[in-house]
Amino acid sequence: MSKLYTFLKYFFITFWTVFVVAPFLWAVSTSFKDFQSVNSKVTYIPWLDFEPTLEGWRVLIKSPAKGGVDIVEPYFNSIFVTCTASLISIFLGTLAAYALSRFTFKAGFVRNNDITFFFISQRIMPPIVLSIPFFIFLSTIGLLDSLLGLVVVYIVLLMPIAVWIMVDFFNRVPKELDETALIDGCNPYQAFYKVVLPNSIPGLIVAGMFCIIFGWIDFFFAFILTFTEVQLLPVKVVALNSSITPWWSLSASALVSVAPLIIVAFIVERYLSKGNLSGALK
Amino acid sequence: MNLIGEKISYKPDEQFHLNDVSFNFKKGNLYTILGRTLSGKTTLLKTIAGLLNPDQGSISFEEKDFIKIPVWERNVAMVYQQFINYPHLNVYENITFPLEQRKLSPEQIKKDVDEALKTVGLVGFENRKIQELSGGQQQRVALARSLAKKAKILLLDEPLVNLDYKLREQLREEFKRIFSEGLSQDTILIYSTTDPQEVMELNGEVIVLDEGKVLQKGPAKEIFENPSNLKVAEISNDPPMNVLKGSKNSKNLNFENISLEIPNHFKNLEDKDYNFGIRASEIKLDENGEEFEIELAEISGSETLLHLKRGNSKIIALIEEVMNFKIHEKVKINFNANKFYAFAEDEKLVSSPYGGTNG
Repeated sequence: MSKLYTFLKYFFITFWTVFVVAPFLWAVSTSFKDFQSVNSKVTYIPWLDFEPTLEGWRVLIKSPAKGGVDIVEPYFNSIFVTCTASLISIFLGTLAAYALSRFTFKAGFVRNNDITFFFISQRIMPPIVLSIPFFIFLSTIGLLDSLLGLVVVYIVLLMPIAVWIMVDFFNRVPKELDETALIDGCNPYQAFYKVVLPNSIPGLIVAGMFCIIFGWIDFFFAFILTFTEVQLLPVKVVALNSSITPWWSLSASALVSVAPLIIVAFIVERYLSKGNLSGALK
Repeated sequence: MNLIGEKISYKPDEQFHLNDVSFNFKKGNLYTILGRTLSGKTTLLKTIAGLLNPDQGSISFEEKDFIKIPVWERNVAMVYQQFINYPHLNVYENITFPLEQRKLSPEQIKKDVDEALKTVGLVGFENRKIQELSGGQQQRVALARSLAKKAKILLLDEPLVNLDYKLREQLREEFKRIFSEGLSQDTILIYSTTDPQEVMELNGEVIVLDEGKVLQKGPAKEIFENPSNLKVAEISNDPPMNVLKGSKNSKNLNFENISLEIPNHFKNLEDKDYNFGIRASEIKLDENGEEFEIELAEISGSETLLHLKRGNSKIIALIEEVMNFKIHEKVKINFNANKFYAFAEDEKLVSSPYGGTNG
């Protein structure tokens, strides 16, 4: 029985790994090919099947005038917008979450849970509902087609994630820990940053990871709220697809756009696999 | 110069958590607050610490209005029943934390921490992480942090309740030593517990709390010998004091078709209905005794707890040896009438074997 289970388990894992990794291998291989090796016959292994070339990668950094597609600027735009929006979201979201977890708010019929739900509800709505208000809002304040405008919109999108994760995290930190800090001579702000925050690092990492992922992969708002001045990576990569860009450059652009997420995943995996998101406290 | 609380009430919801509580705690003394779970012990300690503000009443310390002083300036120390330490700091840093908060000199901090570590027996554990320690050791760290502060008010909220039996016994013994050695003469020590045995061993002034109300105050011995009413008798005994509804006439004490000779200390009692109280340890197995049915038999350590039933009365007997009983079996027991308490129908103490009455 357990042998069958082990077999099925590894069979499934193997199958799934191949399923996920195969397209990547294909993309890596294709990104080093040239016209000849893509169009003549089926080829897989560099040096054996075909002669690898860096031409596909060079196209990505060449300016359009020289026949390239130049994704460098959109790349740094994406990094800037994602990181800035994530940092601000984590900062504001953590403060909001701590307040929601520790203090009782009463305003009419509104209680803590209602406020938390308000934050999360921003993510429950289909994004398209928000597109027109965002467009009008940004055009009114003159931030349409600008990096700052995108940062503002992404904070609205990412902060609910940070609040949601951190409220749950803080709720698992015993209230007595804060109280002990107060008794030991900390004022409420010191209790937060000297005691609660250092014990919330796993939660901050997870929240940060989700913010980065959701910020990085967003196509919809980047597409709607920008035109010519500013372009983010997902929009650029999709635009490449509809043009006459060769397959090898498309593969290379796809690889560079997922690379940061893979790096983030590897860094965070350590924390996730330990299963000790709240481990420090119990 | 005392810690004085007057008519403190705290009612955050429908129920009183504290109801008209007054106290006068003197420096250099040990006070124990005895009460069942949810009786308001933690609320009272938190109120003294400043974590809660009472709805009514006043607290003053050294002639200053304590309620106006925020928690972080009150210079109190508190140990929780959960083992609360700072998980991101090691043992040494945990104990220095409050001292650094008060910006003491490094030499002073080192001296105080070393002293505290020595008192609680954790020398050599300085660099350990909190998570690597056992529950008992974690509680020692929390205690060391409180001692090192040299706070004028030290609050211990059921510090032993989450420890296993063996450790509890051991730490309780040590507490007596620590309290006599490790505390200065101007510290007020307030210790809350549900365990009557702890109260007797610590042997301080006792406040019995129930549903937020003070039921009785006095030295531990006085509470044990002359509980002012039935509730106090139940709270201050473990297992709770048995209550038998009965009556006294000119010749006998009667309850559940049992007649006992009138003991000396009941001679002057009026003939009427009473609630008789008898401690579980004063009930003995006796071939010539009265017949009761066993409902449950628990063996704990070297003792056996018998839950007995006769008519409408349910009692608990503590037999000081390990014996096997079958449920629903009949046993014969003997009551020691000389150890009987009499409580009036309004549950006030009327007569005790130790001579006390409630007026």
